Amino acid sequence: MQARRIAGRVLFYLLAAAIIVYTVFPFYWAIVSSLKAGSALFQVEFWPANPAWDNYAGVFRGQPFARNILNSVVVSVAVVALSLFLALTASYALGRVQFRGRGTLLMVVLGVSMFPQVAVLSGMFELIRWLGLYNNLMGLILSYMIFTLPFTVWVLTTFMRELPKELEEAAIVDGASPWVIITRVFLPLMGPALATTGLLAFIAAWNEFLFALTFTLSNDMRTVPVAIALITGTSQFELPWGNIMAASVIVTVPLLVLVMIFQRKIVSGLTAGAVKG
Amino acid sequence: MATVTLRGVRKSFGGMEIIHGVDLDIDDNELTVFVGPSGCGKSTLLRLIAGLEDITSGEMTIDGVRVNDLPPKERGISMVFQSYALYPHMSVYDNMAFGLKLANGSKDAIDAKVREAARILQIENLLTRKPRELSGGQRQRVAIGRAIVREPKVFLFDEPLSNLDAALRVQMRIELAKLKEDLSATMVYVTHDQVEAMTLANKIVVLRAGHVEQVGSPLELYHHPRNLFVAGFIGSPKMNFLETVASDIGRDTATVKIPGGGTMAVPARTAGMAPGAKVTLGVRPEHLVPGEEGDSVMEGRVFVVERLGGETYCHVRVDGGQSVVIRTGGDSPVNPGEQVRIGVPAATCHLFDRDGIALDRVERHPLADLDMPRSATG
Repeated sequence: MQARRIAGRVLFYLLAAAIIVYTVFPFYWAIVSSLKAGSALFQVEFWPANPAWDNYAGVFRGQPFARNILNSVVVSVAVVALSLFLALTASYALGRVQFRGRGTLLMVVLGVSMFPQVAVLSGMFELIRWLGLYNNLMGLILSYMIFTLPFTVWVLTTFMRELPKELEEAAIVDGASPWVIITRVFLPLMGPALATTGLLAFIAAWNEFLFALTFTLSNDMRTVPVAIALITGTSQFELPWGNIMAASVIVTVPLLVLVMIFQRKIVSGLTAGAVKG
Repeated sequence: MATVTLRGVRKSFGGMEIIHGVDLDIDDNELTVFVGPSGCGKSTLLRLIAGLEDITSGEMTIDGVRVNDLPPKERGISMVFQSYALYPHMSVYDNMAFGLKLANGSKDAIDAKVREAARILQIENLLTRKPRELSGGQRQRVAIGRAIVREPKVFLFDEPLSNLDAALRVQMRIELAKLKEDLSATMVYVTHDQVEAMTLANKIVVLRAGHVEQVGSPLELYHHPRNLFVAGFIGSPKMNFLETVASDIGRDTATVKIPGGGTMAVPARTAGMAPGAKVTLGVRPEHLVPGEEGDSVMEGRVFVVERLGGETYCHVRVDGGQSVVIRTGGDSPVNPGEQVRIGVPAATCHLFDRDGIALDRVERHPLADLDMPRSATG
């Protein structure tokens, strides 16, 4: 028995280690590569003997990378704020108000997320141009909501439905309008759901590449994924791996920080939906 | 305070009529209880009064004002919910003050009202706590406090005690009765628990399947049920019903056959009855007496004995196969399988015609029409 238990333990930790390596290794590799200068890239080391921070400084030379980061922050924050606001108000209607065609509407919302980005790309391009939002961050914000809104609406609607009906009725008897019910009764209770969906929307917007590449033209309007992809070396034959890796590490850190901050809430948000149905 | 009147109130949900034309007067300063089995529409009726549901047709007034189309907050009502429905993220104080804040009351006025309600309910020391830090009974008090601070014309209670354990329920029931006297308010109270109904109510409304079966004081319903349903619903254990035949009809008596071959003359208003009519004889378990006493005697075999300590319920299969329950003392030595004789006092019996409608009893019960004070005031 004892031997079997130990064997089980060992297997468990081996498996856990394998999963950790699988998920963390790429990021580790990026960090290591970003600390190597020039030909040091081609030596295999667990940790660079002479860490060179030059790559990090180099990212900000040659292209407006600080501006790109700012663009990404503006776009992502705006997408999250708008998505959550629209999804919260929509979820009250979809989760709480009885009206004809509610189920159909929910399916349509879900259906929107079925189309691959490429399929809507050209149509979206025309729309953006027609609205005069080409090469404008507003255009990105608008187009990103195509893929953030379906899941924010769905998750919040599910969550909203789980909130006790009597709570809403108590507020109605207290004289609360729908707006007051949403903002002062439901909103404080939906923290976990908002944190979860907000973070997922943020990550989606932060990492988005295709729309960002298509709908922007000048370096000043690019977001980080595009900016990183377009980092070039001194000659056309050199791919500046060090810079690219440094840039990748820089833009990954905000996501890590956000996940750390909202970790608890995410877990309770995800399970709340799962356990209660 | 205020009266509530309902005239021909109907409610349908998607073509299904749930409330079938209810006429009702809820008097000022009275506690009216809606009681009935689940699905009878009692909660729906309360929600109609609250304005949480719109009435499909008919007319409703509160304090003389037609409220058919008024939203809940303009009806002058407040409601205590079964699950308390306290706002989980707010302190007890904020829970009680929420409605007043929405009504733009002044800060001092709100504070005074909340503290006064907290004093009445003895929850002053809990004001800063969150609902999750409270016990069931404390939450219940906060929910009542939230209703009190609004100073409503009518209080609505939707099964407020059913989430509490048995001991706490009894305690809260007594406190509600006291509170009712303190507030001297018009209250409507929904419950499926007939003990709550009997002990709290000035007036009980018995509902079944969206119809009002009977309205009356608790003892009126107990002593003068209008039909079989009310007779069976009020009283515990429920009234025994024996199907039999009226062999002879006198001016104010009907002679009925009782199981085992005997007959008994039961006083009742028999106008319109003919000899040979099928009737149902109703007699409560607490009115049957073991032994030979009574105007007639049934015989039967005991098949279940339920001993509650202070009293004992014997289930007896009488001659003819029908079963009756008889309440005896806690020390009654009877055992299952024994043959027993049961005396039936005719004056305590009820008669129901073949449609289940009660024949009026010859004498009104002396307590049936009294509106008794529910607790000592002062």
